[in-house]
Amino acid sequence: MNGVHDLGGTDGLGPVPVEEEEPVFHAEWEKAAFGMFSMPFRAGFFGVDQFRFGIEQMHPAIYLLSPYYEHWAHTVEHFGVEKGVLDPADIEERTRYYLENPDAPLPQRSDPDLLAFVDGVVKAGASAARESDKKAAYAVGDRVRVLDSSPLGHTRRARYIRGRTGEIVLAHGTFIYPDSAGNGGGDAPEHVYTVRFTNSELWGEETAEPNGFVYFDVWEPYIVPAAGTEGSAA
Amino acid sequence: MSTTPTRPPTVRQPTVRTQEEIAARVKALEAIMIEKGIMTTEAVDRLAEIYENEVGPQLGAAVVAKAWTDPDFRERLLRDGTATCRELGIGGLQGEDMVVVENTDTVHNVIVCTLCSCYPWPVLGLPPNWYKGPQYRSRIVREPRKVLREDFGLDLPESVEVRVWDSSSEMRYWVLPLRPAGTEGMDEQALAALVTRDSMIGTGVVPAP
Repeated sequence: MNGVHDLGGTDGLGPVPVEEEEPVFHAEWEKAAFGMFSMPFRAGFFGVDQFRFGIEQMHPAIYLLSPYYEHWAHTVEHFGVEKGVLDPADIEERTRYYLENPDAPLPQRSDPDLLAFVDGVVKAGASAARESDKKAAYAVGDRVRVLDSSPLGHTRRARYIRGRTGEIVLAHGTFIYPDSAGNGGGDAPEHVYTVRFTNSELWGEETAEPNGFVYFDVWEPYIVPAAGTEGSAA
Repeated sequence: MSTTPTRPPTVRQPTVRTQEEIAARVKALEAIMIEKGIMTTEAVDRLAEIYENEVGPQLGAAVVAKAWTDPDFRERLLRDGTATCRELGIGGLQGEDMVVVENTDTVHNVIVCTLCSCYPWPVLGLPPNWYKGPQYRSRIVREPRKVLREDFGLDLPESVEVRVWDSSSEMRYWVLPLRPAGTEGMDEQALAALVTRDSMIGTGVVPAP
């Protein structure tokens, strides 16, 4: 989707608000919201691509103005309700209650398996690499162009690279394809490549900074051979 | 429960919530998920503690210091970031597939995620707010020299090539910064203490001692 989250190259947002001695969490609620990726993930709410797509569907103005971890709470609510696990009326009622009683305690429950999961997933991670029989259609050194159409669902094909031509500099193997998994489909693994774009290719000679490149990772369906190089792909 | 749960509209009215409203809503979600067996407060606390006290830029700094003092390790790190960090017991969530890019006298690298907030957690911990915010994400790909100069005080000569890595896939990029002059006699531990988070993002360099 052509969402506000797709920020690369947007002008007018102002200086970077750097906070000195920034704490890891700014409030207690941020810790709870941070726990709302890994634990609902374990409960089958979403994969990481769907998690992102839930955030992308926030109202654009709120997306830009809300604190970061509210984005996480938004996507958890989105998928929890969609899965029928969270009841919107119940959420509203409890929110009113905690607004009036901010110090009211949370329900208490112990779950050693969940604690073990937390430590385990932090150490082991959850790689998006997936085996596939697909042969790579491109190799390092190939010049490719990014498709310039505008998909409606989740994609990582950012607007600022669409239609642009660059050179493949790294080939990473096959990974979950976000345009499938992020839209509720299967893993559908595809080859991932890093494409190097010159600044002038992305922004035009007039405004591009000198002597620089942007490196962007693409999945194979995002790209076609660059004009004049058709047939060079294996 | 008087009504059947219905899916709320995807886009709510654009009203920005206060911190109090967000806190109450997150607490409501947490309470329900605790009752449903999805979350516990002890697991929330443990996860927060890990990223407050155990996993942070001190781990990336140890990797950098080793790369500065051990040429074989450095060579392996640049070839396979994930496996080489594992040699030091470093790796995991949001760093399952890491690529380390090296700064030199003529090349400066900087990382971003323009589409969300991808960041190499196992070596840098959780990202600062500015990394996840719209200003940095929008500008660093379009005017990196200007952002580095005006927002981070890092003025790079035009002769230095600037490479911006937009972390659009699950590959996690981070920067092996230049070892500063005047550190020839220092051991790994002393070197690690010099390495800053921003030098591994690429919005800073490691200052000379």
